[in-house]
Amino acid sequence: MLTPQATPWSRDESLGMHLERRGISRRDFLEFCGQMAAVLGVSSLAVPRIAEAMETLKRPSVIWLQLQECTGCVESVIRTSEPTIGDLVLDVLSLDYQHTLMAAAGDAAEKALTDARKANAGKYLLVVTGSVPLNANGIYTTIGGKTARSILEETAKGAAAVIALGACAHWGSVQASKPNPTGAVGVSEIIRDKPVVNIAGCPPIADVVTATIVHYLTFNRLPALDADGRPRFAYQNRIHDQCPRRAHYDAGQFVRAFDDDGARKGYCLYEVGCKGPATFSPCPIFMWNSRTSWPIGAGHPCIGCTERNFWDTMTPFYNRLPNVAGIAVEHTADIIGASLAAGALAGVAAHAAATGIYQIRSRRSAVQHAGAVSAPPDALSKTPDRESAHTGED
Amino acid sequence: MAITKIVVDPITRIEGHLRIEAQTDNGKITNAWASATQFRGIETILQGRDPRDAWAFAQRICGVCTVVHAVASCRAVEDALDIRIPANANSIRNLVLGMQFVQDHVIHFYHLHALDWVDVVSALKADPAKAAQIAASISPWPNNSATHFKEVQNRVKTFVGSGQLGIFTNGYWGHPAYKLPPEVNLIAVAHYLEALDWQRDVIRLHTIFGGKNPHPNFLVGGMASAINLDEDATINSARLADVQGMISRAQRFVEQVYWPDLVAIAGYYKDWAAVGGGVGNYLAVGEFPETDIRDLASLYFPRGVILNKDLSKVLPYDHNGVSESVHSSWYDYEKGDVGLHPYEGETKPHYTGPEPPWTYLQEQTKYTWMKAPRYNGHPMEVGPLARVLVAYASGHKEVRAMASDTLKALNAPPAALFSTLGRTAARGIETVLIARRLTTWMDSLVNRIKAGDVSTFAPAKFDPSTWPAKARGYGALDAPRGALGHWVEIADGKITRYQCVVPTTWNASPRDDKGQVGPYESALTDNHPLAKADQPLEILRTIHSFDPCIACGVHVLDATGREITEVKVQ
Repeated sequence: MLTPQATPWSRDESLGMHLERRGISRRDFLEFCGQMAAVLGVSSLAVPRIAEAMETLKRPSVIWLQLQECTGCVESVIRTSEPTIGDLVLDVLSLDYQHTLMAAAGDAAEKALTDARKANAGKYLLVVTGSVPLNANGIYTTIGGKTARSILEETAKGAAAVIALGACAHWGSVQASKPNPTGAVGVSEIIRDKPVVNIAGCPPIADVVTATIVHYLTFNRLPALDADGRPRFAYQNRIHDQCPRRAHYDAGQFVRAFDDDGARKGYCLYEVGCKGPATFSPCPIFMWNSRTSWPIGAGHPCIGCTERNFWDTMTPFYNRLPNVAGIAVEHTADIIGASLAAGALAGVAAHAAATGIYQIRSRRSAVQHAGAVSAPPDALSKTPDRESAHTGED
Repeated sequence: MAITKIVVDPITRIEGHLRIEAQTDNGKITNAWASATQFRGIETILQGRDPRDAWAFAQRICGVCTVVHAVASCRAVEDALDIRIPANANSIRNLVLGMQFVQDHVIHFYHLHALDWVDVVSALKADPAKAAQIAASISPWPNNSATHFKEVQNRVKTFVGSGQLGIFTNGYWGHPAYKLPPEVNLIAVAHYLEALDWQRDVIRLHTIFGGKNPHPNFLVGGMASAINLDEDATINSARLADVQGMISRAQRFVEQVYWPDLVAIAGYYKDWAAVGGGVGNYLAVGEFPETDIRDLASLYFPRGVILNKDLSKVLPYDHNGVSESVHSSWYDYEKGDVGLHPYEGETKPHYTGPEPPWTYLQEQTKYTWMKAPRYNGHPMEVGPLARVLVAYASGHKEVRAMASDTLKALNAPPAALFSTLGRTAARGIETVLIARRLTTWMDSLVNRIKAGDVSTFAPAKFDPSTWPAKARGYGALDAPRGALGHWVEIADGKITRYQCVVPTTWNASPRDDKGQVGPYESALTDNHPLAKADQPLEILRTIHSFDPCIACGVHVLDATGREITEVKVQ
């Protein structure tokens, strides 16, 4: 948690000492490090290194700028799910400037920013939510009489690294969609001389933020990024390839209209517009809000919110994506659907679905337990034929 | 004494970017200006889009009020296309919206507002045993033990001792306006921390029905979460039981923690019942349809207007009374300095403020991105206080009972409600009532499922081929922060016009063409103290009592200067 909710971590205390005082066992701690290794997709051999780094680190300063935004990303982060130990990961930080939560306002708040920048020059982590409007000389977002752009540029100067949190900071999101009236751009358009990690999503899952920060603190570098600056550990897999409803797709079992018979059986949402086949996101694995559910799990198609320009490229949301390839058979959903309509394969399909679907409960526990042992659970790795289908589409 | 100029920018612990400028004379605020300093242009972006997508765009107006714009948008499109959602979808939307209210109001109280009244550092001096005694005298909450309070105190002690104060850096600790005894401060700090855990749990109701929070998914025509008790992937008994558990925990926390804390803290700040009243006009569009949004009689909180603090009369609300002025806003009107009905509204942004970085805006004629909405020419306050007053004056039984009990506990007359403290109390009153009401909506959902009705979606008019060539609709919703309206016009399957009038636009409104100030500005000059010019604690109290949401308030307009013709309400 972003606040001293957990037993606060005093300045001269290492995490190891701190955990001991909190009554957290070595075993729990190592298990957590194992989970982090799994989430980050690194080998289990890295677990001791994560543990060592975590145990010895001190609370680093974090400055969080909120620019042109809706505060949804802040809300997402305060819902971060891992109890106790997960909270600790964010409690690891000294959150020195954060508008939504900080006690001070006005000059006192701005002084907190200046002081933190000075005291931690070159060392602080800069988190940014919101985009930067460039039109009309930047006057569409100002704080304390200064433009978002000038605040970002000034604050980024002393940052060790920058995390662009959420779709707005990533690429501008809703206000940057056509016709982008304010000329909104993402952080990496402005900050070119620093590493910028894009945590994609509108909003992103809080646990992805947590894992990215842990990676940074542990390995003293940012995680490997994809071509769009997103951490590979979270965004290298397609929703469609990890979806618990995937077997229904392969079997040609689709929701044709909301609340139809297929919807009430949890069939694939492709026909009602699911953008899972074109979206790279950890939603099906991390899930949302303490692993309660996720968009497809609650019956709504994925809207592709981790992808750049999704407000323009993924809309209309309820229109079907064209020409999505099947997994084992290179047929489009239309052909599969048509053959099923004949009824010949119906029995086979039902069987395939029954055996092929990931059961939510077993998947949940698999994800939870896999972490303690090794790197990515099976659900995270791609089969070769999926890889080719996916490469073909990129 | 000389007039002192005050600037508070950023106002923190709110949504968005708000700047307050004020003048004080001898410890009182004599004049105030509220300036919204962010603008995004979402209505423009909606033009030409599929109206079934609009909820998702509109939802991104605000991630704090993450439900309200989505539902208002669905209502507007469903009104335009004459879509009646199934009763189950109505119950589910009430549950989702109701939990949004409860969670949002509790977060507001503890995490956005409390530090205006609670001195965290003073909690270090508390006697935990005495704190436990006080807590036990007002609530049966099981965590209120001396042991627990001692532990919290130790945490705070270590934290303060660490020298890394994080979000508590530069707070106004020790300010003379803090009046709580150390023990009450300690109780509040303990519950601040507990509320953080609590909110993360109960909001999962959104995840069950909408897949995630913030920004859960909605659907024009109903809800996408199909019900089937015999499937794993649908709303089934396990998920319903999870929801039931969240409702119980929400109710328990509100009744045993939030509400008793609010009343206890208010008892030390009774003087704030005479501060920060403001414009004295209140507008509520009403919320929580028990049947269908078209059935206004079925609204749990009624619709209506109160003028000049006159609780003997509730006037009917008619949208034709709404007009907007840009006298003080960074836009131009063709005909100059007049108030225009939204349907005739023009939206030509024209920034005339100083080049950034600037120091003061208050001498400027135009000083904000917020327009100035007026109802029959009056500035109106919207939000919990407006809803509670309209319900109270309409004879709403539960509201009357809660309000009377509260006033009795504080030994205050009804007029005390027209104040900073009244606003904060009204938020608590409606939270208690909505939390209780969640059970009614849950029961109606469960009973219909029991009777065999599992329908959550009206499919007949989802396909654009079934739509008329032209249609337009209005979606009204009373959001946690107040009255909200979305208007949509559709032609040939696409949005041609989209317009929102939003709670914070009403409350953070600047001066209009007649020189009338908006609710924030008015409240700040209503018998309003400011002890220390460099520590604007009192300003934060009153501004936070409105729970500002600036991204909501300034969502509008076409920054390229194209004119948007507004839509008429049906």
